[in-house]
Amino acid sequence: MNIHFEKRKTLSRKALVLVPLVSLAASFVLTGLILILFGANPFATYGAMLKGAFGSWRAWTETLVKAIPLMLTGLGVSVAFRLKFWNIGAEGQLTVAGVATAWVAIFWSPWLPAGLLLPVAVLVGAAAGALWAGVPALLKTSLKVDETLVTLMLNYVAILFSEFLYYGPWRDPKGFGFPGTAPFPDAAWLPRIAGRAHAGLYVALVAALLLWVVLNRTKWGFELSIIGNSQRAARYQGIAVERNVVLAVLLSGALCGLAGSFEVTGISHRLQQGLSIGYGYTAIIVAWMAQLNPLAIVPVALLMAGLLVGGDQVQMVMGLPAAMGLVLQGMILFPMLAGSLFAEYRVKVYKNPAKAAESRAPGGA
Amino acid sequence: MELITSILAIALRAGTSLVYATIGETYTERAGILNLGLEGIMLMGAVCSFATAYYTGSIVLAILVALAVGAAMAAIHAFLTITMRANQVVSGLSITLFGSGFASFLGQRLGPESNNHRLVGLVGPRLKPENLPWLSDIPVLGALFEQDILTYALYVLIPLAWFYLYKTRNGLNLRAIGEDPQTADAMGVDVFKAKFLYTIAGGALVALGGAQLSLSYTPGWSENITGGRGWIVIALVIFSMWNPARAIWGALLFGGINAIQFRLQASGTTIPAGFLNMLPYLTTILVLVAMTFWESLSKRIGAPAALGNAYMREEK
Repeated sequence: MNIHFEKRKTLSRKALVLVPLVSLAASFVLTGLILILFGANPFATYGAMLKGAFGSWRAWTETLVKAIPLMLTGLGVSVAFRLKFWNIGAEGQLTVAGVATAWVAIFWSPWLPAGLLLPVAVLVGAAAGALWAGVPALLKTSLKVDETLVTLMLNYVAILFSEFLYYGPWRDPKGFGFPGTAPFPDAAWLPRIAGRAHAGLYVALVAALLLWVVLNRTKWGFELSIIGNSQRAARYQGIAVERNVVLAVLLSGALCGLAGSFEVTGISHRLQQGLSIGYGYTAIIVAWMAQLNPLAIVPVALLMAGLLVGGDQVQMVMGLPAAMGLVLQGMILFPMLAGSLFAEYRVKVYKNPAKAAESRAPGGA
Repeated sequence: MELITSILAIALRAGTSLVYATIGETYTERAGILNLGLEGIMLMGAVCSFATAYYTGSIVLAILVALAVGAAMAAIHAFLTITMRANQVVSGLSITLFGSGFASFLGQRLGPESNNHRLVGLVGPRLKPENLPWLSDIPVLGALFEQDILTYALYVLIPLAWFYLYKTRNGLNLRAIGEDPQTADAMGVDVFKAKFLYTIAGGALVALGGAQLSLSYTPGWSENITGGRGWIVIALVIFSMWNPARAIWGALLFGGINAIQFRLQASGTTIPAGFLNMLPYLTTILVLVAMTFWESLSKRIGAPAALGNAYMREEK
């Protein structure tokens, strides 16, 4: 028997849709085995998760609360991933944006007109996220410093910096020793739509749509896809590779930053512990499962948010660890990666080695 | 004198986990496979070895379990990137995401009922430093000989790992695979088998680094016990220029930063702890920038030429 891989000219469309779905199913089966190993009934567990995430109006709104930052960070990292710029610093970009937004909301409110406070705070937050991503982008394009490590290291720096602020100089003197800043003035509160779900949802949906249009229907999007395929080819065609990579990564950081700005203006209304709870890492799974397609990121983010909320519920109802949701998410990527082979290659199995050689020969192998 | 000795002693203890992981990843990368799953593998090694030690009381068994868990996780990476030709960066990231999620799950589940099934806060058997007679009395360098067995084992592992890579036939083949797998293949090396083998062996060492944290350096289990060490190691491999003999310098550098942090905090410095805690991460970035700059001066730093590429036999 002889297995032969033939590279497809274009990615298989069927595989693009099927692979994530099969992977999701496979993840549920594999995690189910782990559950059985720990003496839990997988069906009951998944049922409780489903109910906890989507079983009621309240559950839905809580799932949306987590889906909003996952959509924005998922969109953010996917822009960078398209260029094979491995931005795994979404967590840090989200955190510095939360810090910058808090700075505006607290310290600019005395002189900034109330009507401008929220938009300015959010924009400054997004800009901070962009700048935080800009550092590794510049290091990469000017010095070729590996961006994976720099973006990740900056996560720790950002989180430690935010902790320093809300444990230290920014700590609310009236907060009874609770680590966190004073609450933002009302003018900096993002309106809520349902439950704790806030207007950031609209921004996330519009961002997904806009990003799809930009990537698929504009010249810049076309240039980015050429760069993503081959930087060398892009250079031959006169595309300014470095400048475009930096711009795309700034956009990536700004989107991740928006997630952080909305977390502090929409949910906590102050800078405090719990801003960085791993959205920036789950974003990687969201982006990859959506195959970097902005429109697919919306439902995938909702699903991943459901796994997180469902995980919390399972902890309360069944006493199983909330990290259940993380295990399910982590499991999805393995079959996804294995399956991407089928999107890129046509796999042929020959029983007869001679025939295999024969069919390979005309290809000029 | 006293101060230098104590900093060196703490630096070694803090750096031990980094050395194991650096040597492991060096071997993996020498075979052309970049494994970004270290953070997840270290976390899994830490949680599984601590749970084993807690229930069986046997540190030896705990270490064996860590090695096995690391090998198993690296085997997933090997299968995805070598057999299925998946992107090495994304596969490594998924190992880390899965590993940290699963380690957190195990930490909330493997504990005894009395502790609400959690491992956090439990005290288990731990490795204790044993002073070597005579040697530990040497001024300053005596610090090298008041360590525990996992650190002593490094004094054997480092030269061995160096010798294997540079002075044996297998080591030569390994270096050839990382540089030019086609040629290695033509030389008669079983490239696929070797890539699998070194990825798996590397993963086992990385998990041992994680076990050192939960059994010795910061005994017990806590969420995120690694604190980014898995990522720092990726930078350390570059810093050591893919040479196991140099792994010790990076580990001492980062272990030294830890030691100085302790010292400064204990002396009641006015520098906020948050900024001191940033040091390892900022240093990692500086190390990377410095190494890249060094390389740009056309000084070859020794990255395996075929690192990160999927190897296909039919491609000519």
